[in-house]
Amino acid sequence: MRGPTLGIAASVPAPPSPAADVPCFHCGTLCRGAIFHNAEKAFCCQGCLTVFELLSENGLTDFYTLSEAAGVRVKVSAKPDQFKFLDEPAVHERLVDFSDARLTRVTFHISTIHCIACVWLLENLFRLKPGLGQSQVNFPRKEVALTFDPTQVKLSEVVTLLVSLGYEPELKLSSLESKPHNRTARRLWVQLALAGFAFGNIMLFSISSYLGLDMFAGPGFRKMTGLISFLLATPVVIYSALDYWRAAWTSLRQKLLNIDVPIAAGIAAIWVQSTYDVFSGRGEGYFDSLCGLIFFLLCGRMFQQKTYDRLAFDRDYKSFFPLSVTRKERRPPAGLDSITGAQRAGSETGTPIEKQVSLAQLQVGDRLIVRNGELISADAKLISGPALIDYSFVTGESEPVAKNEGDYLYAGGRQMGGAIEVETVKAVSQSYLTSLWNQDAFRKDRIETLNALTNKYSQRFTKLVFAISLGAGLFWAFANPALAVKSFTAVLIVACPCALALAAPFALGTAQRVLARRNVFLKNPYVLETLAKVDTVVFDKTGTLTAAGGGSVTWQGVRLAHTQNETLARQRLGVRQSSAAFDDPRHSKRQKTAAVQDLAAVRTLHQERDGLTEAEERWLYSMTRHSTHPLPVRIGEAITKQHFPEPVRSFLETPGQGMEGSVDGHEIWMGSAVWLESRGVVAGIQPAVEPGFQSGGTIVVSEARLLEPEATRSAQSNPGGRMPAATGSMVHVAIDGRYRGCFVLASAVRPETEQLVAGLSRNVEVSLLSGDNENDLQRFESLLGSEAALRFNQSPLDKLNFIKHRQQAGRTVMMVGDGLNDAGALKQSDVGMAVVENISAFSPASDVIIAAGMVTRTADVIRYAKQSVRIVRTAFWISAVYNAAGVAIAASGKLSPIVCAILMPLSSVTVVAFACGATAWLGRQTLRHGHVPAAASNREARP
Amino acid sequence: MIVIYLLIPLSIVIAVSFLAAFIWAVRSGQYEDTHTPSLRMLWEDRGPHEKTPPVAPATRPTRQYPDKE
Repeated sequence: MRGPTLGIAASVPAPPSPAADVPCFHCGTLCRGAIFHNAEKAFCCQGCLTVFELLSENGLTDFYTLSEAAGVRVKVSAKPDQFKFLDEPAVHERLVDFSDARLTRVTFHISTIHCIACVWLLENLFRLKPGLGQSQVNFPRKEVALTFDPTQVKLSEVVTLLVSLGYEPELKLSSLESKPHNRTARRLWVQLALAGFAFGNIMLFSISSYLGLDMFAGPGFRKMTGLISFLLATPVVIYSALDYWRAAWTSLRQKLLNIDVPIAAGIAAIWVQSTYDVFSGRGEGYFDSLCGLIFFLLCGRMFQQKTYDRLAFDRDYKSFFPLSVTRKERRPPAGLDSITGAQRAGSETGTPIEKQVSLAQLQVGDRLIVRNGELISADAKLISGPALIDYSFVTGESEPVAKNEGDYLYAGGRQMGGAIEVETVKAVSQSYLTSLWNQDAFRKDRIETLNALTNKYSQRFTKLVFAISLGAGLFWAFANPALAVKSFTAVLIVACPCALALAAPFALGTAQRVLARRNVFLKNPYVLETLAKVDTVVFDKTGTLTAAGGGSVTWQGVRLAHTQNETLARQRLGVRQSSAAFDDPRHSKRQKTAAVQDLAAVRTLHQERDGLTEAEERWLYSMTRHSTHPLPVRIGEAITKQHFPEPVRSFLETPGQGMEGSVDGHEIWMGSAVWLESRGVVAGIQPAVEPGFQSGGTIVVSEARLLEPEATRSAQSNPGGRMPAATGSMVHVAIDGRYRGCFVLASAVRPETEQLVAGLSRNVEVSLLSGDNENDLQRFESLLGSEAALRFNQSPLDKLNFIKHRQQAGRTVMMVGDGLNDAGALKQSDVGMAVVENISAFSPASDVIIAAGMVTRTADVIRYAKQSVRIVRTAFWISAVYNAAGVAIAASGKLSPIVCAILMPLSSVTVVAFACGATAWLGRQTLRHGHVPAAASNREARP
Repeated sequence: MIVIYLLIPLSIVIAVSFLAAFIWAVRSGQYEDTHTPSLRMLWEDRGPHEKTPPVAPATRPTRQYPDKE
């Protein structure tokens, strides 16, 4: 992102162009003309230079040897009082982890941590400021835990230091909530260690008796090993198996028979039987099998607990909203209550103060200053504008909306352009967007659906096992009473569904890892079970099927040559295709062909292809570097990579209208048609009008006219073909007061969308919901087919209700969306899939986080989920075979410890090996790039 | 062979001490982040005269994560 600092940068004389592509010594960005020098090193901006100077003054130049150009470009310089609100007790107390008189400890999430040098610098932070203590970075989580002496340094100063180095901590509303503690993960490690330890040691002693070696050691030996086994195994049963006891108890109380009941019964049976054996001197019991069983079960649990530190699946608007807002105050601060009424009245009319306050303190009626790129935190009324609000996160509209004074602004919108002043109308939690979180969908507890597959099987399984064990016990009670109890417990022991319990965690856990390697992240492995059942897929348009900001940028030039007054004006048409999204050369070729075909109809026109000249391109490029508005930024990215910006004089941007400036002595205007017209320039190119003559003899060839027929044509005649982007925003350009042409920025449908829809619609119902207008209706109608539900202008609540409606019709619905506007629908749907351009970027609460590039392979992901579930079923059958064999032995009353010790691990290992192996292999088959898997691989998974 | 009655309990005691060491390692948070230490290892060592963190909390603060259970 190009910061506003560029205005200053441009005024520094640029060295000759060969030197201009020197990378910045600090951050590695190409300096592009504006270079700062220090110690023969080049820097791209003042911010980077300052960091370098700070580091070299404090002897921290090692930073640059650890990793080349490792720095983070400093985007914003912290305003002096920007973080003052952090020192307010209410915020401070909830933000820090620990605080006493001498030491404060705070953990920040810093998304710019990216390399070893970052870790080093952050852990050496204490060298930069007295009062700072030890700091520790958790690299996978991108977190830094800082300690400091609160008597010497304030929290706001620590944050200011971090910001000045380019490591801006994430200060969002959600940071105030208590941090998730990972006690369970630590406990699992200890439980696993204990079980593994006991398993190994008991097995060591048992082997001697299995092999009959204990005869050399005398009769006391067996007794001693039995006792030691008992002492080792009992803590395992009590502590390591704790979760199984709890789960079994809960499920019994709910009158459900889930998988934990037979496991707990088996563990109890083994322990009682073995304890009895040991103390009655009849043998050494089954303690080795018992610990092995618990160890394997915990391994499965560990495996399925895989989490992705970088990702958060439960974010809501609080992770999106800032922690503080800039409030404009006329009232005296609360501490000045004692001053007299007259004085207070004076301050009422006095100069307003801008103050950073935490969002929690925001009240209805407060005046807020919202700067470029900042978020509107609550529904508000615009007091002074003009505002240009990017609502893409709230409504899904792709283009920013211009607003005027008095207009109502929704929370979640982002201001683009200059600072505006707003007055809040609603509280943060009552705003249009945030009230979505008061919906029922957000209270729904998803836990009960977990592991449904295993539990469904275990229902039948448990009943069967108890029936057999009772039957065996009863049979032997009559046939041979000595064997009755033994056979009863033996059946319970051997039927303990270890393998059954391991099948799902390992198969689905492997599938989760396979998908994660392809940038599809599942909240937990059991999402696959639901994913396999999906029969309805609902897409959000913006950012999902259309690539955000990835559309093509097309230059449409008009050159009025010396023949302006002639009836036939010479018109030069340049179609310059940038390959931002479509790097397919055929695309631009087809576009050109279309242009030719279309223009051929207007025989009277004489056209020539013409684009911008090198110099013109460079001027426009220099202009775009001064704006942060998304359109100029996209143009700037698209124009070229070979140009170096030239200094721009008297640059002025009118938010929502356009920008002007002088480059190389030429006056450049870029903006909307209306804005240009207000300056006396008629925009020669206008959207969606017939080609023809306009006032002043300018020939109008509409971009939309040029491309639309082609789009429709290709959709009708060649449904498999790619569709060029047809609609888009236009940025008009005038040079030296003469109209030059316009850039058309298309919102592009992802290139493989068609293939995706074709792949999906064979098996599932596909619908499209969009918060955007109906511009693209036709395009998507031809894409998705006539029977698909297409809804435009959908509010977040409409989307949620649509999903609910489909669910009531008995469908299993998957929602694919990206913004906060989809949050309700994502939550309501059975599987919510959040699409992100950047994996560490914000995504609303969901079950699956998928990288934008993988969206087109959704059909494959669903198919893979189905295959994984089939593998789990197969594994169930394998474990059933083992159990049947074991039960047959046990029911006959002949189960010896050694048979048990072999059978149990063997069944577990086979099932785990099959589950992992088959899932990984199928993953390679199904998700291989561009490969449509043969039906054979599906058959393979069947039993 | 009578010595086995001494050796086996002794071996168990040693093994238990390793288990205890592991549990200590887990509890002190060494398994929280297994990636960053591998990066720290690559840094140049600084001489003994180098400045060390002034406020060095040797033990982790007890209230590290506010418990809500």
